[in-house]
Amino acid sequence: MARQPDGPPPPPTVQKLRLRYTKRGPLRFASHRDLARALERALRRAQVPMAFSAGFSPHPKISYMGAAPTGAASEAEYVEIGLAVRCDPEAVRVALDASLPPGIDVLECVEAGEGTGGLAERLDGTRWRVDLADVDPAELSAAVEQLLAAEVAMVAKRTKNGTKDVDVRAALVSASVAGEAGRAILHVVVRQVTPTVRPDDVLAALAAVADLHPPVPPRAVREAQGRLDGTGEVTDPLEPDREAGSRCQGEPQPV
Amino acid sequence: MTVESLYPRLEPLLAQVQKPIQYVGGELNAQTKPWDDVAVHWALMYPDAYEVGLPNQGLMILYEVLNERPDALAERTYAVWPDLAALMREHGVGQFTLENHRPVRDFDVLGVSFATELGYTNLLEALDLAGVPLHAVDRDETHPVVVAGGHAAFNPEPVADFVDCAVLGDGEQVVGDITDVVAAWKDAGRPGGRTELLARLARVEGVYVPQFYAVSYLPDGTIEAFTRTRDDVPAQVAKRTVMDLDEWPYPKQPLVPLAESVHERMSVEIFRGCTRGCRFCQAGMITRPVRERTITGIGSMVDTGLKATGYQEVGLLSLSSADHSEIGQLAKELADRYEGTNTGLSLPSTRVDAFNVTLANELSRNGRRSGLTFAPEGGSERIRRVINKTVSKDDLVRTVTTAYANGWRQVKLYFMCGLPTETDEDVLEIAELATEVIRAGREASGSKDIRCTVSIGGFVPKPHTPFQWASQASAETIDHRLRVLREAINADRRLGRSIGIRYHDGKPGIIEGLLSRGDRRVGRVIERVWRDGGHFDGWSEHFSYDRWVAAAADELAPFGVDLDWYTTRERGQHEVLPWDHLESGLDKEWLWDDWQDAINEDEVADCRWTPCYDCGVCPTMGTEIQIGPTGRSLIPLTPVGAGPRPAAHAH
Repeated sequence: MARQPDGPPPPPTVQKLRLRYTKRGPLRFASHRDLARALERALRRAQVPMAFSAGFSPHPKISYMGAAPTGAASEAEYVEIGLAVRCDPEAVRVALDASLPPGIDVLECVEAGEGTGGLAERLDGTRWRVDLADVDPAELSAAVEQLLAAEVAMVAKRTKNGTKDVDVRAALVSASVAGEAGRAILHVVVRQVTPTVRPDDVLAALAAVADLHPPVPPRAVREAQGRLDGTGEVTDPLEPDREAGSRCQGEPQPV
Repeated sequence: MTVESLYPRLEPLLAQVQKPIQYVGGELNAQTKPWDDVAVHWALMYPDAYEVGLPNQGLMILYEVLNERPDALAERTYAVWPDLAALMREHGVGQFTLENHRPVRDFDVLGVSFATELGYTNLLEALDLAGVPLHAVDRDETHPVVVAGGHAAFNPEPVADFVDCAVLGDGEQVVGDITDVVAAWKDAGRPGGRTELLARLARVEGVYVPQFYAVSYLPDGTIEAFTRTRDDVPAQVAKRTVMDLDEWPYPKQPLVPLAESVHERMSVEIFRGCTRGCRFCQAGMITRPVRERTITGIGSMVDTGLKATGYQEVGLLSLSSADHSEIGQLAKELADRYEGTNTGLSLPSTRVDAFNVTLANELSRNGRRSGLTFAPEGGSERIRRVINKTVSKDDLVRTVTTAYANGWRQVKLYFMCGLPTETDEDVLEIAELATEVIRAGREASGSKDIRCTVSIGGFVPKPHTPFQWASQASAETIDHRLRVLREAINADRRLGRSIGIRYHDGKPGIIEGLLSRGDRRVGRVIERVWRDGGHFDGWSEHFSYDRWVAAAADELAPFGVDLDWYTTRERGQHEVLPWDHLESGLDKEWLWDDWQDAINEDEVADCRWTPCYDCGVCPTMGTEIQIGPTGRSLIPLTPVGAGPRPAAHAH
């Protein structure tokens, strides 16, 4: 007979908290699995009363979503955690932030609003900022115009099951260029599709349609993640939770 | 001197390599100190990939011990994978430390911990990337002093040309002595240059400076003698031994990586040394005597470490953890303390003993019983007498069956093949054992859902053990025995289904054998292999047997010796061995007698429980066995989870 854990099942989830955190500085090189490990250990060090799954290898109730790729920085990563004891969201934010390495900073923590639906469904777009050193803004602008004018821009992506073609143009909601001579900045809003279109895919598309080849590896930052509104802007995904009344004690930060 | 960070130049390269997180540092509990605040700068290297090197206890201990000194700092560096190494060469970025990405070239001391000889080529790669001359004699006083430590340093002769010093034994105290010497020499304006610094270091107990010792050879290729080239260095260099481990509760703040590593847990060393007397085991021979931490010392290290790391599992580490004099009480009291906190407690592989199942049950009281590992090492009772790890077949089957009956689903058994005097029959008994274990286990557990994994590798004779004279089995012999064993296990499919076999072919073992018992002439082989592109020899995808064989043939021919001479050749009683001038404390005559006892299948008991049998260590080193029981208990702690927590919402 297989053994069963002795004693009662673990306490249920009584509160769900939704957190926005960053991936800054050298920690942009962390993968989503690295971040998950760091977060789970930090939750233990901070003694956040997590709810656990049942069985012999109980796992803390954590839902990860929409992780930025390894190498990309982020100001807007989201995670949902399940607690076995109700806590003040701001106190959790402070304790967890103190336990995480510098660069992974917990910016917001709100209680999931009842009846507001899942958080993952609200993450259907990302605004990226991509810094291209040694690229002239005018050259980038021309390339972006060519990409926006294209009907399709297929890019081969390596996925778990081999190579898959994805249409970058279809996922691209908007794109604009800023910067100064020799340092171009690209802002793009990308719709969440499967497989995900990432900054390097956008750059691959620019290489394909406009022959743009940055001499230095570009640096991408996810500036915002959330629901796309009618105008193609990315909106704060935690807003529905705030509206539902379980306000975060801290000063809500604009996204 | 201000040392600049290489990070701005490294960062663009990181976007182009696999697992870049391993190169950025910033781990929890990593320490940084201002460069100009201290006199002596140590770069500590584990010469393998980050994922293997980071959890290394030895390096973590020295890292903390050094950083606690006001006059020293220590930063870490690991072997760089080929993808990044190529980019670093292309862009002129040197080997760097993780804390502040400082160039290794600028440190005063580069300490390299060799747990295995297969890291030697990675040392050369790191030196080259760092811009430090490969050969010790080519370095000047601006270069770091390259110090080798770890178990492999008990025969550093194969890397004698590349290291400035080798440190024998426990590192906790000797790193302080080395720091003192380097600080005084720097403070005095570096008198006498590098040679004077090395001469001063050579007078530190436990420090061996190979360039002050000349080797002469006899016509048959064996060593005639080691001769000092200066009379102010010791003729024999003896190992260091730290007594009273409770006074050295390191690591206090174990490093926690962001990247995945081979051990996703925290380790607490519960004792050091082992006197079980397993004749193949270099670790057990060179770390004598047994020095236990007390139950209370261990309890406080577990508590401090868990709080500092957030790890979910603690391994109670040592060479034979179930032998701790307070282990039963320790297991129970730790299990009590952490009940209900989702904290796992585990022991590394243990001897085959029913008591160890009881222990493992206690430690996993309310957790999953997935796997339990035993190390019988030898397939037959006869060969287990040869290696002095005696357990009868009946006891072995009974113990493993007990484990299955207690809910353990998977039992792993560690074996070696190619042991001295071994025949095919000895190895084939492993198949019998495994099938019997499964048959009895299915009966005892009432389940077919049990597995036994046989993990087997080729034996490599090591210096400072009774088997140091033995002929190593050839790669062909190992591969043949592994093949007949696999065939025997697979012969009965009904039981064979439940038996897994994991093995390593014989070739890497031969190279490890060359490096383990090699002398200074082997250095040329290592250098040649590295120049031909060899590194990461512990990784099958990078290891090239053919490259080693070709290099050995070319480089050893001028000396009239070859690969076989170093590996499969049995040594005579009076042959001067390359490590004879390096003292582990073991009396060479006792080792020889124990080697003869092995051939005669005579056992030797453990000196913790029977009278001293004069291995020589305690009187030579001025040490003694330190074991309990202390009669103390773990002080109850505030249970984890009841500590400060975010205030509950008032609803």
